Amino acid sequence: MTVIEVLAPGLLTTVQDLGREGFGPMGVSPSGAADSIALRIGNRLVGNTEGAAALEMTLLGGVFLFPKGALAALTGSDFGATLDGADLPPWTSFKVKPGQTLRLGPTRSGARCYLCTQGGITVKPFLGSASTHLLSGLGGYEGRALRKGDVLKMGDAGIAACSYSSRALGANRSKKVTPKILERLLPRKILRVTAGPQSGWFSQVAESVLYGGTYHVSEEANRMGLRLHGPALPEGAHGGMISEGVSLGAVQIAAGGMPIILFVEQQTTGGYAKMANVISADFSSLGQLRPRDRIRFERVTFETARKLLMEQETLLTAKDLIVETT
Amino acid sequence: MPTKKSVKARFERASDQSLLIYFGEQITLEANECVRRLLHLLEQEPVRGVRNLHPAYCSLLIKFEAFEWRHEELERRLRKYIGRLSKVKLAEPRLMEIPVCYGGEFGPDLDEVAAMHGLTPNRVIELHTSTTYLVYFLGFVPGFAYLGELPRELVTPRLLSPRRKVPAGSVGIAGNQTGVYPFETPGGWRLLGRSPLEMFRTDRDGLSLLTIGDRVRFLPVSRERFAELQPA
Repeated sequence: MTVIEVLAPGLLTTVQDLGREGFGPMGVSPSGAADSIALRIGNRLVGNTEGAAALEMTLLGGVFLFPKGALAALTGSDFGATLDGADLPPWTSFKVKPGQTLRLGPTRSGARCYLCTQGGITVKPFLGSASTHLLSGLGGYEGRALRKGDVLKMGDAGIAACSYSSRALGANRSKKVTPKILERLLPRKILRVTAGPQSGWFSQVAESVLYGGTYHVSEEANRMGLRLHGPALPEGAHGGMISEGVSLGAVQIAAGGMPIILFVEQQTTGGYAKMANVISADFSSLGQLRPRDRIRFERVTFETARKLLMEQETLLTAKDLIVETT
Repeated sequence: MPTKKSVKARFERASDQSLLIYFGEQITLEANECVRRLLHLLEQEPVRGVRNLHPAYCSLLIKFEAFEWRHEELERRLRKYIGRLSKVKLAEPRLMEIPVCYGGEFGPDLDEVAAMHGLTPNRVIELHTSTTYLVYFLGFVPGFAYLGELPRELVTPRLLSPRRKVPAGSVGIAGNQTGVYPFETPGGWRLLGRSPLEMFRTDRDGLSLLTIGDRVRFLPVSRERFAELQPA
């Protein structure tokens, strides 16, 4: 059994896969990787199925010992990784020899970096998923962020059937992401949104504030949601709001007129009016936002949102997304 | 349950992959029964590409696969389901009893709630335990049941600023609702007591102690009984 020993956990490192959908009636939100694009690509780089479990690091990465070696890849933001002191390029698979130590530092770009290993991380699934849900302490590794001394097991359940040849042939050949495709998948600071279910409650003045202003991400930004600071929105007709189901990426306007964007560990229902909703194609961008990042909102139609998601999916499933390094 | 013709539903796009269905614009037993019937029907006869359902007081949020559905196509399909709601048979509701130790450190807001309404703490407990509540839906966090309605004398606004940490098992009230916190979370409901029961457990069938549509009564217990009932 291949394992990873956690020598230092980093700021907040959790086991995540693509989350658990379908348990809304129990109040369970999906959780899952904050940047699912990075997770999916990382898994493909090491020959796993896209949804295999990996480690999600936040702002400051950890130090990991591989007593028996591994095939691994780092995706998402650049955390200045080294393997036994040698620099590692992001978005590229690499072989770890038995006894080597992978060391990550503070981020040099966005909020999250993913460590994907061949075979994925094996934990006891909760409702069919390995994803950690921090607030309720469910899923992942004992329902919590990793600590020094934790030992994670790697399995082989996640390995894609088509990867056998690459495992046999490509043991020493690393793989990378085609730069031209990667460029088009990188996170954005202009978030595209569609109208929210209570858009009609807000005035044109409020709209010009939301779409004309620059907001910055506050320190209260985590997997549950991102609280923004910036121009206050004139409050809508809030009186009649009854708690209802809330969707991922909902831009809800809290008391005081500041927006909160609901994220992967979101509460499943809520009582604030929602003025907009981040489009699905920009969810991964939300996962890379750091406190103090400046963002803007751009309103698009539902048809455009759909088209952008299709385009993104075409890039993510492109045959030439992953190539062997030369 | 209204007759077939009178079930009115309003559809609203919530995001590029979700749709809200409203059965009226206020909290009523009829609207909530429509929600529960539609939820039941969608669980019995799932629509391909529907990925998640979030029931609430008088609405149901439907999350769908954007590659498979456009909002208007899914709305057409769901309107057919809504047309069948009057024929849906819901299971007989379960009556669940939840022991609560009121007051003291378990219910730090009991005295203030009593004072706000000019009642004694004992009268507040009496009122809180004299009602059979309906689980309108589960939301917020895993296993949190929104129970209604509180006796009129107990309707109380939530705390102005929420507590950063509410202990698991805490029984709170807000507006005309009451509920039990399954986990230690932040929360703005006023706390009357604490239950020794685990509201959400991963090693139990169904996971959540309460489910949508259940009827619930609270049972006052002593500190000693609370300790006995607490899981080892």
